[in-house]
Formats: sequence, structure tokens, C-alpha cells
Amino acid sequence: MIRIDSVTKRYPDGTVAVDQLSLDIPDRSITVLVGPSGCGKTTTLRMINRMIDPSEGTISLDGADITKQPVNTLRRSMGYVIQNAGLFQHRTIVDNIATVPRMLGWGKEKARARATELMERVGLDSALAKRYPYQLSGGQQQRVGVARALAADPPVLLMDEPFSAVDPVVRKGLQDELLRLQEELGKTIVFVTHDIDEAIKLGTMVAVLRTGGKLAQFAPPAELLSDPADAFVEDFLGADRGIRRLSFFSSAGLDLKTSPIVAVDSTAEQIAERTAPDVPYLLVTDLDGRPLGWSEPGALTAGAVDTAQLLPYGRPFAAGKDSLRAALDGAVLSPTGWAVGVDDTGRVVGVVSQQAVGEAIRSAHAAGRSSTKVLG
Amino acid sequence: MNVLHFINSFFSDSTHWHGYDGIPTRLREHVQYSLIALAIAAAIGLPVGLLTGHTGRGGNTLSLIATAARALPSFGLLVLMFVLIGFGLVPVMIPLVVLAVPPILVTTYEAMRSVDPSPVDAARGMGMNEASVLFQVELPVALPLILSGLRSAAIQIVSTATIAAYVSLGGLGRYIIDGLYQKNYEKVVGGATLVAGMALVTLGVFWGVSRLAVSPGVRRSN
Repeated sequence: MIRIDSVTKRYPDGTVAVDQLSLDIPDRSITVLVGPSGCGKTTTLRMINRMIDPSEGTISLDGADITKQPVNTLRRSMGYVIQNAGLFQHRTIVDNIATVPRMLGWGKEKARARATELMERVGLDSALAKRYPYQLSGGQQQRVGVARALAADPPVLLMDEPFSAVDPVVRKGLQDELLRLQEELGKTIVFVTHDIDEAIKLGTMVAVLRTGGKLAQFAPPAELLSDPADAFVEDFLGADRGIRRLSFFSSAGLDLKTSPIVAVDSTAEQIAERTAPDVPYLLVTDLDGRPLGWSEPGALTAGAVDTAQLLPYGRPFAAGKDSLRAALDGAVLSPTGWAVGVDDTGRVVGVVSQQAVGEAIRSAHAAGRSSTKVLG
Repeated sequence: MNVLHFINSFFSDSTHWHGYDGIPTRLREHVQYSLIALAIAAAIGLPVGLLTGHTGRGGNTLSLIATAARALPSFGLLVLMFVLIGFGLVPVMIPLVVLAVPPILVTTYEAMRSVDPSPVDAARGMGMNEASVLFQVELPVALPLILSGLRSAAIQIVSTATIAAYVSLGGLGRYIIDGLYQKNYEKVVGGATLVAGMALVTLGVFWGVSRLAVSPGVRRSN
């Protein structure tokens, strides 16, 4: 565990970057430091690997004061990822990644083998090994940055706004990759960002800091959304906090209806049989069971379904895996007000109405804190 | 009678190709003076430039000294040194070194300062010691600019080393000074051509060195 104990950083000109901050950063989880610029989040991170020394207070790693060991030994035991990756442009990708193992005295071949293995781990084509950083895209460079930090298998990973310089699509890919990696590796990660959505998506615990380096709230993301400590945190979380909180409720409890589903080659009897007074629409699927679109029962002609006339079905959610937020989104997106639940292969497992999603949300709220985090 | 004619007759005269006043001897002397002066200037300019650039301290003092050194006339300094020290290589080396240190010093400092700070931060953060940060992170990236400083210093030395002849030393300056004295313009033009040729060769050598020493990753991204 990394324990930050009443740490203050005061600069000679009197500026206080971090003010009496105490945090217990749990092992094998992602702790996100988030806040507006000037809240001291980067300063806090840089104090953990002693790039900055605190003016007051102590930081300890597994009970031992970090100032008690040589600074470079400490830093080599912590992976460090920064914005724009900070790759060495004169070294090939594989040699960039092999930097820390080489510093630790590994042989060249062993370090390169390890680097190649890590490239695969972070989703980089091994054909890029002999390239130079300028030949890679921003997202690829950032993956190299992460691989380089992981090269010597450090227990701690410090990440300073690592994904803020790439475009939103690439950023989402990198975030998903980090979560996947974390599931495999179980590092103690301290992650700095100014993006609250990123904090909520990645964090096991989120520390919200306010300008002047004071801790506003330290809580799991679901709790942050349900019980913001004060007006500052509430404001920082943004307007659609209620909707975002749904990300933490699983869609597993939804009552999926299978009756209003017909295949595109259905006979007139099958269509008639599926039509019920409480279901105003029928979902038409292809022969494999993948959704094509909604239709009013009367508009369907057996054997000659005009797929161009079908109503859009929005974005299907992975039933039981996605959150209630995804299910609600699917229901809101379709003009019929019904969401389509699919399995891993994209086949329809059932449909659910906005009303039913609403009921699930109410009962999830009633169940309270027992919720667990659901991704997506 | 034109320049080409002078050049032609100077180089086709076989007496110019051997003996103590022959082209090979004078070239060798000239190369020798130039290399010694460049080595001394680099030994002063490179470490100071690398250190000040790495730490970021002393930049102002540095540019002040460099500007002052640039204002010193090489020829005047040569005469002064000759009067103070007398015959020999030392009074020639002093003005050449004074001439060459400022470009090496200033470009080395600037080259180190212009290195992207984020890889340096990353290197420190992963536990690299300061010497490794300097030599393994900053220097390889700063190298093209540092070499360009050395190159302009080398070219200035090559063209200015002709003044050695004024104090009775050898080198290609002999032809120019003796030629002027003897009103032998063929010799003057021949000597000047050789100096110009050597400057071009110097350019070529630096081009080759930078091809070999600069990483393709740095060459392409700059």
C-alpha cells in the first residue's frame, strides 16, 4: 500500500500545490487522482516517485518511508507513464521498452525478448519493433509508453494524464486496454487525469482534489456519483450524474421478453401468434437471429418482409454484461422505446421496454450500495 | 589571364607537388593545425556547452563570453600573441581556438536546451542517473545541432589557419602570403583554391559523420 500522510508541498514563492493531503492507496487496484488544473494532482503523483519532494509529511510504500531507499532504486520499482509518452526518439521501439531492464543489468537479448513480449501484451504489432517513435501514431506511442513502464514488472505504475493527448476514439481504446491489462497484471496504479469520465471509468477508488491541493472526496466511483461530498464535487461530476450512475448497475436483472421476436422468413401464422395486445411492435431478425428492425404487426407480410421499411432498433446492449445505462440508452435510441438485448455473437436474446428499464433502475437504487461495478 | 588559367598553371607545375613547399606538405601542415585547433576548441566548448545546457544554468554568462570572443579579431590576436610569446605553434593556436569556441559552445548549449523535455522527464522518472540522462537521452537527440556547431567551427578554422604563415609557420597560407609578397598571383590563387577545397572536404566529412553518428530516428523526425 502507498500511504500519503499529511503531505504538503509549498514552493519557495509561497504557492501551496498540495495541502495536508492524506490518502491510502490500495494495492492491486487503480486509484485515480482527478481535479481541475492547479489542484496538485500531478504534484502528488510526482511526490510518490520523488520527482518532487514534499515540504511536510511522509509517503510510505508497504510501510517503509520512500526517502529511506536510494531515489533511483525507488523509481526503477515504479513504472512511469507520462502524457505524450516521452519516448526516446533515437531508439527503436523495442529498445525504448527495454530501457529499465537494461538499467537493471539484464542482458541485451533477454531485455529485447521481454520487450517483444510486452509489445504483444499492450496490443502492438511486433512488426513495429524495429521502427522509430516518429513512425508511430500517437495512440501507438502511448502503448509503447505503457509497455516501457511495465518492462521490469514493477508492482506500482504511476500514470500522469497518459491518454489526454490522443483523440477520443483512440483514448477509449487505450482505456479499455488498460482495464484489460490490469485484470491480467493486478498492479497498484495511480492515475492522474482532469477528465472525470475517465476517472469514473478506470478508478477503483477516485480522489477528487480541489484547487489549492485539498482533498474533496475519496470514494469508489459509484459512491461519488450517488453521494457527492459537497457542491464542488457535485459540480465537478457534471449534469448527468444520475444517468452515469446507471453504469454501475448490471442489466442482469432485466426481465427480457422473447415473445415479440419474429424471423424474417416467418409465416403469417407465426406473426399472428407473436402479436399480443401488450406488445405494440415486433422485432424482425435475420435467419441467424440478429436484429434487423422493428415493425408494427399489421405492416408485416409473411414471406415478403421489406427490411427497408423497418424501424431502427437503436444500439443493442449485451444482456447481463452491459449496465442499465446501456440498456436505457438502447431503449431511448429506438423510436419504439424498446431496447434489444443480444448475446456475445450479436444474436437477440430478448427485448425490454423503457418502462421495464425504469423499474429496474428504481429497484437497483433501492438495493443501494450492494451494487458492483459493471464496465461499458 | 583569368583565375582558371592561374589555377591550371599552378596545379600543372610539377615543382609544386613535392619538396618542403610542395602541396602535400602544405596540406598536411594545414590539416594538422586545423585538427589541433578544433580538438582544443571542442575540448573546451563541448563539455561546457553540454553541462550548461543540461542544467540550464549559466546560459546568459555563456552568450556574453561567446559574443565577446567573437568580437576579437583573429589577426590582431595573432600579432599580439606573437609579440608576447614569440615564434611557435601556440600563438597561432590561441586565435584559432578563440575563433572556434563560440560556435561550438553556443550551439551545443542551444542544442541541449532544445531537447524535448518529456523524454528527459520520463528517463528521470524511470530511475536513470543524471549522466545517463545526459549521454543516453539528451546527447543523441541534440547531436545533429552539436555537429553543425562543430562543422561551422571547423570551416572557420580551416579558412583562418592561413594566418599561421604570417608568423613563419607552414600551411596553405604560405602560398597566399608568399605569392602576394612575390607578386606571384598563380601561387595566391592556387593556395586560395586549396583552402576552398579543404573547406568543402570538411563539409563532406561532417556530412559523413552525421550520417554515421545520428540515429535514423532523430534524423527523420527533425
